[in-house]
Formats: sequence, C-alpha cells, structure tokens
Amino acid sequence: MPKTQVSMKVNGKPVEALVEPRRLLIHFLREDLSLTGAHIGCETTHCGTCTVDLDGKSVKSCTVFAVQAEGADIRTIEGMAAADGTLHALQEGFREMHGLQCGFCTPGMILRAYRLLQENKSPTEEEIRFGISGNLCRCTGYQNIVKAIQFAAAKLNGVPFQEAAE
Amino acid sequence: MNDQTPTSAQRAEALQGMGCKRKRVEDIRFVQGKGNYVDDLKLPGMLYGDFTRSPHGHARVKKIDTSKAAAVPGVVAVLTAETLKTVNLAWMPTLAGDVQMVLADGKVLFQNQEVAFVIAEDRYVAADAADLVEVEYEALQVNVDPLKAMAPNAPVIREDIKDKTDGAHGKRKHYNHVFNWQAGDKAAADAAFAKADVTIKELIVYPRCHPCPLETCQCVASFDKVKGELTLWGTFQAPHVIRTVGSLISKIPEHKIHVIAPDIGGGFGNKVGAYSGYICAIVASIVTGRPVKWVEDRIENLSTTAFARDFHMETEIAATKDGKVTALRCYTIADHGAFDACANATKWPAGLFSIITGSYDFPAAHVSVDGVYTNKAPGGVAYRCSFRVTEAAYCIERAMDIMAQKLGMDPAEFRIKNLIRREQFPYTSAMGWEYDSGDYHTAMTKAMETVDYKKLRQEQKTKQDAFKRGETREVMGIGVAFFTEIVGAGPSRNCDILGIAMFDSAEIRIHPTGTGICRLGTKSQGQGHETTYAQIIATELGLPADNIKVEDGNTDTAPYGLGTYGSRSTPVSGAATAMACRKIKAKAQMIAAYQLEVHDDDLEWDVDRFRVKGNPERFKTMTELAWAAYNRVPPGMEPGLEAVNYYDPPNFTFPFGAYICVVDVDVDTGVTKVRRFYALDDCGTRINPMIIEGQIHGGLTEAFGIAMGQEIRYDETGNVLTASFMDYFLPTAVETPKWETDWTTTPSPHHPIGAKGVGESPNVGGVPCFANAVNDAFKFLGSTHIPMPHDHWRTWMAADKLGLHA
Repeated sequence: MPKTQVSMKVNGKPVEALVEPRRLLIHFLREDLSLTGAHIGCETTHCGTCTVDLDGKSVKSCTVFAVQAEGADIRTIEGMAAADGTLHALQEGFREMHGLQCGFCTPGMILRAYRLLQENKSPTEEEIRFGISGNLCRCTGYQNIVKAIQFAAAKLNGVPFQEAAE
Repeated sequence: MNDQTPTSAQRAEALQGMGCKRKRVEDIRFVQGKGNYVDDLKLPGMLYGDFTRSPHGHARVKKIDTSKAAAVPGVVAVLTAETLKTVNLAWMPTLAGDVQMVLADGKVLFQNQEVAFVIAEDRYVAADAADLVEVEYEALQVNVDPLKAMAPNAPVIREDIKDKTDGAHGKRKHYNHVFNWQAGDKAAADAAFAKADVTIKELIVYPRCHPCPLETCQCVASFDKVKGELTLWGTFQAPHVIRTVGSLISKIPEHKIHVIAPDIGGGFGNKVGAYSGYICAIVASIVTGRPVKWVEDRIENLSTTAFARDFHMETEIAATKDGKVTALRCYTIADHGAFDACANATKWPAGLFSIITGSYDFPAAHVSVDGVYTNKAPGGVAYRCSFRVTEAAYCIERAMDIMAQKLGMDPAEFRIKNLIRREQFPYTSAMGWEYDSGDYHTAMTKAMETVDYKKLRQEQKTKQDAFKRGETREVMGIGVAFFTEIVGAGPSRNCDILGIAMFDSAEIRIHPTGTGICRLGTKSQGQGHETTYAQIIATELGLPADNIKVEDGNTDTAPYGLGTYGSRSTPVSGAATAMACRKIKAKAQMIAAYQLEVHDDDLEWDVDRFRVKGNPERFKTMTELAWAAYNRVPPGMEPGLEAVNYYDPPNFTFPFGAYICVVDVDVDTGVTKVRRFYALDDCGTRINPMIIEGQIHGGLTEAFGIAMGQEIRYDETGNVLTASFMDYFLPTAVETPKWETDWTTTPSPHHPIGAKGVGESPNVGGVPCFANAVNDAFKFLGSTHIPMPHDHWRTWMAADKLGLHA
C-alpha cells in the first residue's frame, strides 16, 4: 500500500514519517514512535485507554488515522511530567488518591482529565464524572479517580485539597 | 553506642509495614505510561498473528482454502487444524480434563471459534489476509439453551466424545452431558424437607457474563531454534501453570520454556486459562523461526476467551414457621459451552459451589450440578471470585430473601436468626467445609446501625403507601446481603490443577546492606502486590518496605506457584512470605546471639531488632544482622540470608461481609437509581487499608455492572449478541454509585498473619445485594423473583408484568 508523508508535533517535538493512509494514530504512536503509554482496549472508541490530547481536544486515537493528525499538536502521557521528571499534578493526584490499580486505563484517564481541567478549572464531582465518562476503568470504581482529579485541580489552582466527607 | 531514641512505635511506623496506607510502588511507572504490558513488546523480526473465525454457531467445515490469504504480500504462513495435526496440536487438553480444538477440526461449535491463524509481517496485513481465508460451511442445528442440552433429540455438540460414557468426572448420562457432581447429604436434606413447615422453590439463574479486563488476552512467542528454547510473554494470571501445560502440550522440555507475565491490565479470571491464540503463536514461532505476537481484539475477547457463570440453579429452602432454616437443596444445570475449559481446581468440576449454604446454620443440605455442552464459547472462569462462589452467594442470598418474604419476616431479621453464631466457629457446614473464623452478628449489627436500617424500612413503608395511593411512580428497595466466601485455594488434600497441588510460594533474599528482593509464585494484575508483600516483609523482618523489591511473573526466577485468582495471593503466597520471613528471622536471631554473646533464648524481638532481654540497650538491628550474615556468622553456619517457602495451606479462608443497598426504581421507565451502597467487609488482618478500599470500590463496580446490565447473550441460531462495548454493559463514572466502605476484623486462626483475602468479596456480596434491592422494591406488589440483570428494559418489563402500566 502506498505511503503518505505525515508531520506533526508530539510532546513538543516535531515528528515526520511515512505511513500507510489507513494506519491508526494509536498504532503510529505506539509502534512507530514507541510511545506505548496510550493503550488499546477496544478499537471501537468506547473504552478511552487510547486517549491523547490533539490540538486542544481529547481524542481517542484508535479511531483517528495518523494522516488525519497532519500538522497536529499531540500530547501523550509521556509528555505530562516536566523535563526534570517532576510529575504533573494529575500524575501525583492519581498516586496520592489511589486512582489506579492495573494502570491500563491510567494514561488515557490522565490525558482526558488534563483536558477536562483546561475546560473547567474547578469541576464539581458530577462534572468530573460526566467529563471522564468516555474513559472506562475496570479496577477502581472511579471514586478515587474523581478524588485524584480534584486533588490535581486544587494543586493547579493553588488551593488546599479537601477530601469530601463520605 | 547504639541509638535507641526512636521509640518502638516510631520505628514501626517508619517501616511502612502491615496496616498502613502505603502508597503504591507500581504507580510511579503507571502514571507515566511506563508500564510494560505485553502489547508494548517489540522484538526484532516480530510477526503478527490473526484469526479467521467462524460466523456460524454450529457447522460442519467442508473445506478451507488458504491460497488467497497466503498470496497476500507480507503473509508468512497460514495455520489450520491440518497443519497443527502435523505437530499433534490441533487439539489441546483443558484444565478441566476435557480436550478443546485449537483450530476448527471438521466442525465449528460456537460463533467466532478459531478456524485459521494467519501470520504476517504487519498486523494490518494479518487482518486483511484472515478475511481472505475461504471456508465452506454446512450449517448444523444449534443449541444455546442449557436446559435443552440433554433432551433426547438435542443436536450432538461433541462428536468426538459422543459415545463416551465416562468423562473426566465420572459417568455421562447424555451425549451433551459433561459431568454430575454432588455434595452434602441428600437423605438428610430430603428428610428435613418432608417435615418442613415452610418451603420455597425458585429457579435462580445467574446469566453468562464476562470478566472483561480493559487489556485483552495477548502473547508474544519466540522460539529459538538453535537452543530449542521457547520464550513466551503473555497476559498470564498463572505463569507457572502455563509453562507446565505448555511443556506437556508442546513436548518442549519445561526447563527450555521461559514464561514471562509482565504488567497485566486487569485479569479478573479472564487470564487464567490457556487459549488457542497462545498455542497458535507458539506453533507459528516454531514454524517461522521468528517471534510472533497475538493480540485479541475486544470482540474476540468477549466472544471467545472465557466466560463466567451461566448457572441455572433450582433452589429450595425448608424452614420452621418461626423462621429457622432446616435444609437446602439445589439442582443446577451449568452451561459449559462447547468444551469443558472451566478454570477450576481439577477435582472440583463445579468449583467450590458447595459453599451455597452461605453464612447460615443449615442442619442439612444437598447440591447436585450437571454440566452440559452447548454451542457457546468455552471457559467458565471464576470472574472475580473463588471458583463458583459468586454463583453460590447469589443463589443463597436470593433464596433467603424469598423465604423471608414467604415467612413474612424482614430479610435482615431472618438472616440474623440464621447466621452462624460466633461461638460456633470453627464451624463445619452441612457440606463439610470448616469455616475458620467469623463474627457475623457483630458485622450485621454494625451494618444495620450505620445505615439506620429501621428508619429506611419506615421510609419504604411510607413510600409504598404513597405509591398505592397513586402519589408517586417510584418504588424504594432495600437490599441486604450477608456473604461468606471460601478462598485461598488451596489445601493440597482438596486442590490441584492437573495434579499440581495448589500451594504457593515466596523466595526472599536479604542483601548485605539490609535491602532485599522477594519473588513470588503469584502474579499481580493490578492488586498492588509490589506494595503489599513488601509490607508483610517490613513487619515480619523489621526492614523498611521501601527497601524490599517485589517481583513476580518470570518463571525462570520466581519460585513455582499456581498464580493469582480466587483471592489466593494473600491467603497462600502471603502466608509463604510470612513463613519465609520467619526462617530468615530465626537465622538472624542466631547471628544476633553470636554477636551479642548471649544464648538465642536470651533475645527478644523489638520491631526491627533483636535485643537482650532485660537489657534493651544491647541489640542488633536487622540491617546490621544482614551485613553480619555475609561476613561473620557463627561457626558452622552457612553464610547468606535468604529463604524460600512453599506454603500448603491447612484450610481455605472464609472472608465475609454485610452489604446493604438502597435503590429507587421508576416503574414507568425501569430506571433504577442506587441511592446508597454500604459495604462492610471482614477479610481478617488488613495489610493495606487503602488498597483494600480500592479493591472494594472496584469489585462493587463490577458487581453493579453484572447485577444491573451485563449478559453475554446468544440468539437461537448461535449469534453472540453482546460482543462489543456497544452491547456489553461496562459502568462508566456516571452510572457508578458512590461506595461507603467499612470493616470488622476477625483474623484467620490458621493463617500466619491472620489475613483472608479481599479482592473478590465485593463482587461476591455486591451482586446479590443489588439484586435483592431491586427485588425488594417490587415485593410489596406481589413479586417474588425478578431475574438479573436489572437493566432498565428488563425492570420495566418486570413492572409491566406486575400490571403497573395498566
């Protein structure tokens, strides 16, 4: 199959490659760029484990062709921590609040939460639950994921995090 | 001079041992996308395999033509049953004593069954070519109804064993019969029924569902022709079992097979079995001499690798008129699909289903299970439960509610009247299990007080009156469930898998500087073992948990173990870890005595050190003793500080819990809102409360999914209707209720640290609790039993049947 030239920015770095037009963005990221943080859980856009940030939107990269990302600015889980290794507030929040178990949904969940907090700096619990409802988790029951996102929101807003009474 | 300033309590806290909410070690890599899952693996020259699958539920395979597929550029080979026959691998043995086709041999027995395996340079090419394999089928009559499987004219599912009158578990009474298995005392149960005041009988069906971890099953096989060695990376909950089974099947000597289970994206029982994909990837690697990756997609996962439940339980309870249970009988038809590939301990074809008397003091009980073949996928794994325990728990908890209703008693009061009393432990059930410990009444009382059960019932009464007056279209249900599990398989006298006793193991090496490594026979899939096993070691050995690396999943380095499922890690490998620590500690004590020039008996343990009795300023810390073990041991003692323990548990453990759920159901839409869910769990000694709570949240969410919407459904021609996330319900954050968790602590008397295991309790107890809540809502309208799942449509239909839409 003939290949097409694509160029995009991934985690701040310019990337150029020749890909088949039918190559999915998730395979391009995972196999061609060796960015294996985003995962594949369904290939039908339901589970969200492949979520990345593309031009300011959360995108499920299992149903986007790499060629559709021509010229795009993409962020994956590998681009979340600071250059010196300091974890992003969301990464810290997920660990602090026990927002993960097997870790398979985590990169997608964090990337979705990253965009959610850009869209809404102080979401309510209900808004968080709705905001992450395109991302499935089989281990945590979401309760601690909600807390993890609240933790991160508080940290990014520079206010103390208060766990809601249960 | 030794520094004693930190107190014992301060030193203990610094260790981050058992009981503390230690943050997880695993998370550091997972939150950065640096986990190492099977599909992340990329080997030089790696090929990809993909299956051609059957569109039919039951059909004869007349002809397979692979020529078009093989001609696709990039295709390296195409395997069919005929090719597998040349290496005697067209069929494989199952864990349950049956055999199973690896690739369709003459017939397909369920939809999406594996027919051909295409190996190509690229996964896209493999998928393209799999579509080009041409198969000529002749459709056969299909049966997907287990209750019709043993009818005289039922279609023959398994022609290969049609005339065999004996199966792996005794006599077969029909060509579609797998086994009959019984437990308890039938005569005693029948006698109690004959003189019972009150009896109930109900067909209680636990529908077929699927564990559905977010990561599907996958592997990479790499055969080194020069060395004759196979390395197999895979999503294996039981890597050692895969190695042994792999060796028995492939005839590659076991020491030349290296099985590696890296990080696993959830298992829940799905990743216990051995699947065609593994065998085909191995054969493909042997044939091509290159590594071969096989990754299941979601449709393949939901429709072929494993299922759970599909138990059809005709259940009876007998009781006195004042509400004491006197006997239980249960006759079950178990749908095993096309092959008996149940993941059970080998001698237990219905698993530990005889835990069906639950938490109640039944004087007599009898259970009989018939396994049958149908045109459905094989599997029968324990989806987040010990073998068939959740089926038993759902059954008894529904049946207890139905009996309470018949007696006109409150379901909680009826349970309290029949719960096994604290002084009865260790308690031997009518089925012969010895329950290790329990304090059921304390747990039940705490649960009822916390939710203010009485007030809830008053509110319900008020709402029911309002409903009858036509003032509301909402009904309120209160679900109560009290469950007892049987986990930690298991004692070698009861349990083996293909002849291998179900012990488990830990090997601990303490390095000279007082850090160490612990390797285990179990395999974490998200349970946090790297964190919790180190906590056990921290408390047992007095070394900081942060100084202990925990490793599992590599069969070359880990001691032999039977893997992680059935809540067995803590009960079995957790015990092995503690026992290995105690061996190390005993040696350290001798080294300490030698160094301090006292007798061993003159020393006492204090958190992280041995000190001289009556002279606490003279001590040696474990870190000091680790150093000494490598340079100054007593004469005649071998140097080093390590131990291995293979733990054969004396008994199972019996975690329990009291759950209460409150729902509001709109009878006009069937929409059921979970207003409140309270879960009290008693898992014995608690190792990491944060992780326990997390597991309870997750298990309750899975229970919510099962009870409120999951079913793997087939139409009558064998089409599986629920093989994608469009059709198979997984709860999102929006539907998922908020969970309230609580606990009591009743340690196991026979476990070295008193721990019982917890990961599966919420699934076992949660499912009947939701079901009881929905049923409770409709009880006052004359309903007895509404089957699962309680999705909106089915709930609406139940309301309709009760005449509520007239």
